[in-house]
Amino acid sequence: MTRILVKRIGAAAVLWAAVATAAFFLTGLGGSDPGRAILGPSATSAAVAAQNHELGVDRPLPAQFTSWAGDLLHGDLGRSYLTGRPAIEGLGQRLSVTMSLVGLSLAVVVGLSLLLAVLAATGRAGIDRAVQILSLTTHAVPGYLLALLLLTAFAVELPIFPAFGYVPLTASPGRWLAALALPVTAVALGGVAGAALQGRGALIDVLESDYIRTLRSRGVPARSVLLRHALRNAAPPWLTSLSLAFVAMLGGAFMVEKVFALQGLGTLAVDATVAGDRPVIMVLVLLTGGMVILVNLLTDLAQMWLVPKARTA
Amino acid sequence: MSAAPARRASPLRAAVRNPLTVAGLVLLAVTLTALAAAFVIGWVDPSGPAKANLHGLNAPPGTPGHLLGTDNGGRDVLIRLVAATKATMLGAAVALTVAVALGVPAGLVAGYRGGWAETALEWLAGLAMSLPSLMVLMAIIAGLGTSMWISMTALGCMMAPAVFRLVRAQVHAVRRELYIDAAKVAGLGDARIIARHVLRVVRAPVVLMVGVMSGVAVTVQTGLDFIGLGDPSTITWGRMLSEGFEALDTNRLLFVWPGLAMVSTVMSFLLLGNGVRDALQRADTATRPRGRDRSPASRPVPPAVPGPRPKPPRPDELLSVCDLVVGYPDGSGGLVEVVRGATLGLNAESTLGLVGESGSGKTQTAFALLDLLPRQATILSGEIRLDGVDLLSLPPAERERTVRRTIAYVPQEPMSNLDPAFTIGHQLTEPLRARGVGRAEARARARGLLARMGISDPDRVMRSYPHQISGGMAQRVLIAGAVATEPRILVADEPTTALDVTVQSEILDLLRGLQAEMRMAILLVTHDLGVVADLCDDVAVMRAGRVVETAPVDVFFRAPGHEHSRALLAAVPDEGHVRPDYDAEAASAAWDLAYARKTSASPDRSLGGAGR
Repeated sequence: MTRILVKRIGAAAVLWAAVATAAFFLTGLGGSDPGRAILGPSATSAAVAAQNHELGVDRPLPAQFTSWAGDLLHGDLGRSYLTGRPAIEGLGQRLSVTMSLVGLSLAVVVGLSLLLAVLAATGRAGIDRAVQILSLTTHAVPGYLLALLLLTAFAVELPIFPAFGYVPLTASPGRWLAALALPVTAVALGGVAGAALQGRGALIDVLESDYIRTLRSRGVPARSVLLRHALRNAAPPWLTSLSLAFVAMLGGAFMVEKVFALQGLGTLAVDATVAGDRPVIMVLVLLTGGMVILVNLLTDLAQMWLVPKARTA
Repeated sequence: MSAAPARRASPLRAAVRNPLTVAGLVLLAVTLTALAAAFVIGWVDPSGPAKANLHGLNAPPGTPGHLLGTDNGGRDVLIRLVAATKATMLGAAVALTVAVALGVPAGLVAGYRGGWAETALEWLAGLAMSLPSLMVLMAIIAGLGTSMWISMTALGCMMAPAVFRLVRAQVHAVRRELYIDAAKVAGLGDARIIARHVLRVVRAPVVLMVGVMSGVAVTVQTGLDFIGLGDPSTITWGRMLSEGFEALDTNRLLFVWPGLAMVSTVMSFLLLGNGVRDALQRADTATRPRGRDRSPASRPVPPAVPGPRPKPPRPDELLSVCDLVVGYPDGSGGLVEVVRGATLGLNAESTLGLVGESGSGKTQTAFALLDLLPRQATILSGEIRLDGVDLLSLPPAERERTVRRTIAYVPQEPMSNLDPAFTIGHQLTEPLRARGVGRAEARARARGLLARMGISDPDRVMRSYPHQISGGMAQRVLIAGAVATEPRILVADEPTTALDVTVQSEILDLLRGLQAEMRMAILLVTHDLGVVADLCDDVAVMRAGRVVETAPVDVFFRAPGHEHSRALLAAVPDEGHVRPDYDAEAASAAWDLAYARKTSASPDRSLGGAGR
């Protein structure tokens, strides 16, 4: 068990390093010209070249990479080309916005998809149909379009919710929730549909299995058969769909942030991408890549805990 | 070869009959018309989409000359919407082409060849699938610029692993098929086998996946443009969406049009994909040969009253079944009867063998007795009396309570009947706990039962998970679980069929011992007449959903009444040979032998024998 754990964590760390390396070279492929971006179009090319030399981006990519990776290992993530300030400055605040959005969405997905999966799999034909329609609709109406529709309907036409802005949880939990209600709906709905559909299928398979019938024959109460035995065995595919939903929701949140003018990681990423601000992009790659890899690792571990057979694999 | 076109035409026709698929076709036709018009506009009047009517900013839809109105720059919304179709569709096409061009060959190679190539490709796919895809796209755009060609190529690379895995799984499934071996033996090269046989299998699922991925490509491309990472020199729906969002204060309808165009296009892909998939599935189930699944009702009806009528149930029987009929939905609104009038009776402390070929309805009869029929099944008519009380007349909750208190079940396949996620100990104690037994007491009883089953190390087995024990051990655990609640009736469905021969006789000895000890009646469902001779007092023979003969076991073996019983006896293999026809002498001799074994195995002897 411990050996598998160490192996999985090691593999996750290698994957993280590989992602960061690949991203570093991808962002450097175009031969970026941050000097021009910093000094503006009116600067002389000599000044731009001097600026680029100062930033070290006139060196070959491998050399740039070794110095970036060396600094990273010493805890230095570089400075933004645009502001000249440390690339991680102000990241905490943006992270709390995006994590509030994605975290709340994940909670909604977990709760709602579980409920819908159980109801759909235990013979509520209406809910079964509704889950399928929801899945089809959320495929065709991506989060950012849903966000636009929600914004127009419930913040502009009927001003029930605020149209933009974020209130920290510590300032006012009620207003935090109100500010996030529409964005979370937009981000979470696709994940709810996907995970509910996956959970429904897995649960139907398990409920038809032999051991469920045998448990029933022993007089184990129906509630325990469903909630303890069937759900646990149906959980692994559902957990996989949750981890996929997390990746999708992270991307969805980046786009939805624009609609509700939330100053999160997404708006930062867009600005940095447009400006070619490599140090900031790399910080974001490390951060989001780390989150995704961590979630996948946790999913693996949860599956091992749920299904004893996977522990020996 | 001549049958192939007909088979392929029918799912298509079925798909067209589905109104949702037709709606998908209509929506797709709209998008394709817009795409064609976009090319015409690009050719005839390339500056049209940018032409501004400065006297009519934000004109409402229906304004003469501007069917969908104008935007806040006075440009015609419809012309822009149509023109944007081109770049949007081209972008999606690029992503799809890349995904298929990378995913299909990689999947074919990995699935067909396996080995290190498969390991390496699978690792790459796993890596690509566990990335924050939007952040990676952004890194690429930051490095290489906002060209749509580049971002859509990158998106294609990120969608390729899904295609790869699908193709690989399909190829895995066909690789071991006989016709592939035959082709190899015939000397066909790998490339030709792949082209001729493997690609054909892979084609349909890939086409369906392309449908779903087209939708993904359109929504991702539109989203990138919407957040401002698109190509500034081209009009796309995403760009229009972004413009509409910026102008939300002055013109609330502006974002709706590109949104609608995207939703309708993606919906057309999804509806068509679903329609084709459903049609293919239906065609698949319609053409599948129905050997094993063939229901008794679809077989020729056996001749009426060929043997003695089954006895009507006697009032003193512990359990009696009378004219039981069980039906399943046949998929087209009707019902298929899998049990069509089963009548049998079980006396206290005796053993009744329920025999018949597979598919004769014996297991369904057993499930009906156990109140364990699947949700789809219905008991259409008949009586099941337990201690003279008709179970079917009781309310469901009370029926279940009564049955669980009295009747226990030993299943056929030991491994699939234990919950893989819980320890044996948990599975044995849970039913006891549900009956109000305390934790320590339940554990002690479970332990004692395992020891009684002849398991030498009950504590270790209690701690084990099902995958850690053998099949024979699992069957002992299941029997322990069945008798733990001290039932008066044990229904055992082919309890030894899945086991090794040596383990089989041990399990039969165990059942015999337990029966005497606990004074249980046993209903033994089996197709093995040897087991019947060994264990049973009476026999009921089922065929095509009916009980055709009920007899004491000695009468059955010496003088079977029904011709089907004779056929069953004739089919018993004798020393490795299948008898050409029924040989009464030999059958009777075989039975004498088995009977002698049974009577000599007195209860106390078999008690000790269980541990042998």
